[in-house]
Amino acid sequence: MAGRRGNRDKVEDDLPVYLARPGTADQVPRQKHGGLFCSVEDAFESKTIDFDSLSVGQRGSRTPRTAKREAGQEAKSPASESFESPPGDSPRSRSRGGREDVLRNLGDETSDRLLIKGGRVVNDDQSFHADIYMEDGVIKQIGDNLIVPGGVKTIEANGKMVIPGGIDIHTHFQMPYRGTTTVDDFAQGSKAALAGGTTMIVDHVIPEPGNSLMEAYDQWRQWADEKSCCDYSFHVDITNWNDSIKQEVDSLIKEKGVNSFQVYMAYKDYYQMSNSELYEIFTFLAERGGIAQVHAENGEIIAEEQARMLQMGITGPEGHVLSRPEELEAEAVFRAITIASQTNCPLYVTRVMSKSAADIISQARKKGNVVFGEPITASLGTDGTHYWSKNWAKAASFVTSPPLSPDPTTPDYLNTLLSSGDLSVTGSAHCTFSVAQKAIGKDDFTQIPEGVNGVEERMTLIWDKAVTTGKMDENMFVAVTSTNAAKILNLYPRKGRIAVGSDADLVIWDTDSISTITAKTHNSAAEYNVFEGMELRGAPQVVICQGKIVLEDGNLHVISGVGRFIPCTPYPDFAYKRVKARKQLAVLRAVPRGMYDGPVSEFSMSRGGTPSASARTSPTKQPVRNLHQSGFSLTGNPAPCGPPTPDDIPIRPAGRRIVVPPGGRSNITSLS
Amino acid sequence: MSDCRRQWNREDELPVYLAGPITTGPNQRKSFGMFSSVEGAFESKTIDFDNYAVGRKGSRTPRSGSRERLLDAGDPVGKTPGETREGSQSNSPGERDEGRPGLEVRFSSGDENQNGESERLLIKGGRVVNDDQSVYADVYIEDGLIKQVGENLVVPGGVKVIEANGLMVIPGGIDVNTCLMKPYLGTQPLDDFLQGTKAALAGGTTMIIDHVTPEPGDSLLQAFEFWQEAADKKACCDYSLHVDIPQWNETVKDELELLVHDKGINSFQVYMAYKDVYQMSDSQLYEAFSFLKQLGAVVLVHAENGDLIAQEQRKILGMGITGPEGHPLSRPEELEAEAVFRAITLGNRVNCPVYITKVMSKSAADTVAQARRKGSVVFGEPITACLATDGSHYWSKNWAKAAAHVTSPPLSPDPTTPDHLHTLLACGDLQVVGSAHCTYSTSQKAIGKEDFTLIPEGTNGIEERMGFVWDKAVAMGKMDENQFVAVTSTNAAKIFNLYPRKGRIAVGSDADVVIWDPDSVKTITGKLQQSAAEFNIFEGMECRGGPALVLSQGRVVYEDGKLQVQQGTGRFIPRKHFPDLPYQRVKFRNQVKNKQGVTRGMYDGPVHDVVPTPKYITPSPSAKSSPTSHQPPPIRNLHQSNFSFSGKRAQMDDNIPRRSGHRIVAPPGGRSNITSLG
Repeated sequence: MAGRRGNRDKVEDDLPVYLARPGTADQVPRQKHGGLFCSVEDAFESKTIDFDSLSVGQRGSRTPRTAKREAGQEAKSPASESFESPPGDSPRSRSRGGREDVLRNLGDETSDRLLIKGGRVVNDDQSFHADIYMEDGVIKQIGDNLIVPGGVKTIEANGKMVIPGGIDIHTHFQMPYRGTTTVDDFAQGSKAALAGGTTMIVDHVIPEPGNSLMEAYDQWRQWADEKSCCDYSFHVDITNWNDSIKQEVDSLIKEKGVNSFQVYMAYKDYYQMSNSELYEIFTFLAERGGIAQVHAENGEIIAEEQARMLQMGITGPEGHVLSRPEELEAEAVFRAITIASQTNCPLYVTRVMSKSAADIISQARKKGNVVFGEPITASLGTDGTHYWSKNWAKAASFVTSPPLSPDPTTPDYLNTLLSSGDLSVTGSAHCTFSVAQKAIGKDDFTQIPEGVNGVEERMTLIWDKAVTTGKMDENMFVAVTSTNAAKILNLYPRKGRIAVGSDADLVIWDTDSISTITAKTHNSAAEYNVFEGMELRGAPQVVICQGKIVLEDGNLHVISGVGRFIPCTPYPDFAYKRVKARKQLAVLRAVPRGMYDGPVSEFSMSRGGTPSASARTSPTKQPVRNLHQSGFSLTGNPAPCGPPTPDDIPIRPAGRRIVVPPGGRSNITSLS
Repeated sequence: MSDCRRQWNREDELPVYLAGPITTGPNQRKSFGMFSSVEGAFESKTIDFDNYAVGRKGSRTPRSGSRERLLDAGDPVGKTPGETREGSQSNSPGERDEGRPGLEVRFSSGDENQNGESERLLIKGGRVVNDDQSVYADVYIEDGLIKQVGENLVVPGGVKVIEANGLMVIPGGIDVNTCLMKPYLGTQPLDDFLQGTKAALAGGTTMIIDHVTPEPGDSLLQAFEFWQEAADKKACCDYSLHVDIPQWNETVKDELELLVHDKGINSFQVYMAYKDVYQMSDSQLYEAFSFLKQLGAVVLVHAENGDLIAQEQRKILGMGITGPEGHPLSRPEELEAEAVFRAITLGNRVNCPVYITKVMSKSAADTVAQARRKGSVVFGEPITACLATDGSHYWSKNWAKAAAHVTSPPLSPDPTTPDHLHTLLACGDLQVVGSAHCTYSTSQKAIGKEDFTLIPEGTNGIEERMGFVWDKAVAMGKMDENQFVAVTSTNAAKIFNLYPRKGRIAVGSDADVVIWDPDSVKTITGKLQQSAAEFNIFEGMECRGGPALVLSQGRVVYEDGKLQVQQGTGRFIPRKHFPDLPYQRVKFRNQVKNKQGVTRGMYDGPVHDVVPTPKYITPSPSAKSSPTSHQPPPIRNLHQSNFSFSGKRAQMDDNIPRRSGHRIVAPPGGRSNITSLG
């Protein structure tokens, strides 16, 4: 790498040539990388022209360069000043000279042009020292000694990490719930997101069963467009399944920029889909290039367990976790993977909350299934012991589905799997209710609105639990907080990467800051924070969203309504390349064989009133034998028939009757 | 062991122990984990005579000639057997040199009728193999029961003596899964109880447990009685019955109770496949498991995901695949593994033992093994077909051959499956071998000649079952002879509460005994089999090991390849509920698993108003049970100041940022009296 880079001591005059065509996808076929580390799969491919790999000199502790060369480079670029501060210096973003100070204070219009100097650019594949110049909300140049126009605002990163802004792939802002909505609307929620270093959110559109997906989508669009402070996109939840929904899904994919749809295996009699429906939905999505997301819990058993808990007199929040043991989550994950594997559809498991569910996913990935697991902030940061808190309000604030696992080693375990790439992305499932709203279920845990906070704490928490503990490196951190999500949503490399042509959603990450999480200071409107009192290392120092500084020196400057809807296109490579290849292999063929023309035993489909395949449709017995009925049924299983009443069926192994088709040979056209 | 045995070298003391056979010790059995197949095997369910008074003979612990003589001199009554034994001992080395020892049946004195019902039998010189140990001992049988096991037995004159010549004497096999009367679209399987049990006996199986398969809507009780009647008329060996539950409703519950308490049935099968016919939803399965657990019955599960199978079948028929290869294509092993996983999850939730019938694939077997490692009470039953052959035959050009292999779950096309299943069987991860014997003629199979979904399902295997386990597991060195006895007989007896009456050679047990010849080799062919089916799926396979002689109920029914059976001699063996092997652990877990709520002060902060008819509802788990929980009108209670339990922020509702018109409700009168929590 270093040698390759060394050859390219290009002058910056070449830049415009490459800038003229950012994001050109070339025709070079990408190679497949192995299973375990597939989170960095495709990371090395040239989706955009990586300026950094071409003309950027690498600096810093990793590959220290000779002083001579350093000096030579600096001499070449008189426009840029030399770095005056070593890494580890007091992290201050500063502007150079009084003029820029003035410009910065003028407001947004001037911050269209930004230069981040002296930062260490961290992508999911590599880290290198470079300056970043952005203009009009897009990254224009990356490299040393950039030629930039005068008067740009400059941020001194002082060797700090510059990472792509986080993508929170799972939020529920402004979610209606029984006539009320979650306390964090799109403004509040996206503000909290930005405060935590997340520059894009993907919210779930949840239509009521029976309602139109399209209407719900429009409604959500309207809410988000009005209020969102950062870019956003949508998943749409499929809450029931029929032909008109099918068409809506089709047009959502083709016209509305939605490529991921969530289905529910829980919430019996409400959102829950049967196995057959799941099969149909997955098949449909696989044909259209969509991602199937599942809420994986076995709703039927949960319903039984809930009834049992309430009957036992357990009505508090601990009933929630008792009635939803992690086995049921693991079972549903297993089933979802099976169905997805049958239909050859990429699967995305939302909210991996327990060890056993995570294990199932990592096992399936080892077997080659295309499945992505999403642990959420809460499952990575805390556990379910709080459900037994004596404080009802506190216990209730942890209620979410699937519940947090009471096993206190779960967060550690999930962080490990996240580090190893077995789990792919992190969301927050941010869905906050006030205590008063939670109290709807004060007499019955099944009525407690479900949801925890986490959009703000997500990145910091992962940094603290995984990177500072040595489980994960900074590149993987970028992958799980941002890049993988962008790849799954087919937004890569526009989002999730610091590259020329990408959106200017950047975070300067301060690895050393220590903050204590408390509901008093968080940006969410919720009264409780499930991470209350946790001390976390690592925090965003500067957050740049759409090329504008939104967080600096601890001050948040957000404008409601500037968030844009980012349409996602179908067939994301990250998920579909393998699926496409498998589709070509998975063609089933019949065996060409001579037709069977031997004797056929006499049989009756309706004898005794129980036809094999349609017991449901004809529950009543038909004592009359219908000889005209051919007994051909597509759904028919070779199920036994005929009641075992003594008179009805003689036992006649010896005297069975053989029917030979008249004419000697039946002409069956099915087989050649 | 040998020290202990030396203390008991006087045969005079034998009658003392004979007086009290089957004294069950009061001490509790321990549960073993991985090797549960020999779980409880060492406990004193019966007095093991071999342990005490039986001298070990043969190559293992050769005894001195002087001691032998001393023993023989000690008891004049036992002289005759003693002499014969000495004779056999001198004979057997010579015979072994020739190849394999033969059997010799003779009467010790000629005054007994040869062809009459020989109620008294002595098996001499055999090696008695139980699931826990093997010992050289003679076995004396009278009235269909094993009366004595040991050396130098005191037996009456005129008994028929069978010289085992060092061959293994094992408990007769128990085939836990047969369908000898399972009707399909008005036709019956070729092998009925007569034909089927004949085949069973010819293969060394002396007891079968058949499936009663009522149709949805039929009475379980009537079906049971119908089956029992048919079996009583025809069966040649002892039998018992599983009852399949075709659908779940209230009337079924009453019948189940009756069957368990009055009819001696302790195992019921439920189906996760056969959509719209037998298939139960997860909720129904949960209820069924809960109910059967209360009854102390074993839940058998046919584990395949029926919903997905129906979809796949439709898809595959739509692609124009109508031949038998569509059967495995539409029922991939993943669906089996998925259903096994789900069944085990259900079993764990309900805390109920689960028995997976027909484990056909590697992944399903692995799922069972993993669950056992995690402590689930689950048993897995591979069948003869999946232990001996694989699913590649579905692609045979010969339609009849391909169709003959059709069974559900299908045989796995992976040719390494049989080997893998044998390995798991040998290490105890799978416990029981069944046959799922259910044979249909080619013309019956041809019902589905244009549509593979209509091919009646079932393969043969009742006769070949024990032979293949021996050939593929014991002869290959995967399994020892004790484990062979465990998987073919003892474990089944334990799971279904027949032990130690069946599944063990011990004093007081039924005289279902097989003399097993490990060296016999035969080639399986449809022409020579007992079954009536014209096609044998194991056609042409060579199988080492087979029964040399089979005793059922104390009578010789198979000898030298000849079968002498009498129709209708089979007895129905009732089975009691709460079998120890599955239920002991469950009982303890029941005591441990009591869940308790948290005692906390009641929440009396503000409660959000819920709109009675919600326009939007989000994930609320039981929208069904109470879609609306109406709260009192919105008055804020300002007097309520300090309630300690409900937390530091419960009263800080002033801080709640209320956006877009939230309504906050507090109960009027200050405090809602909720009685639920202390």
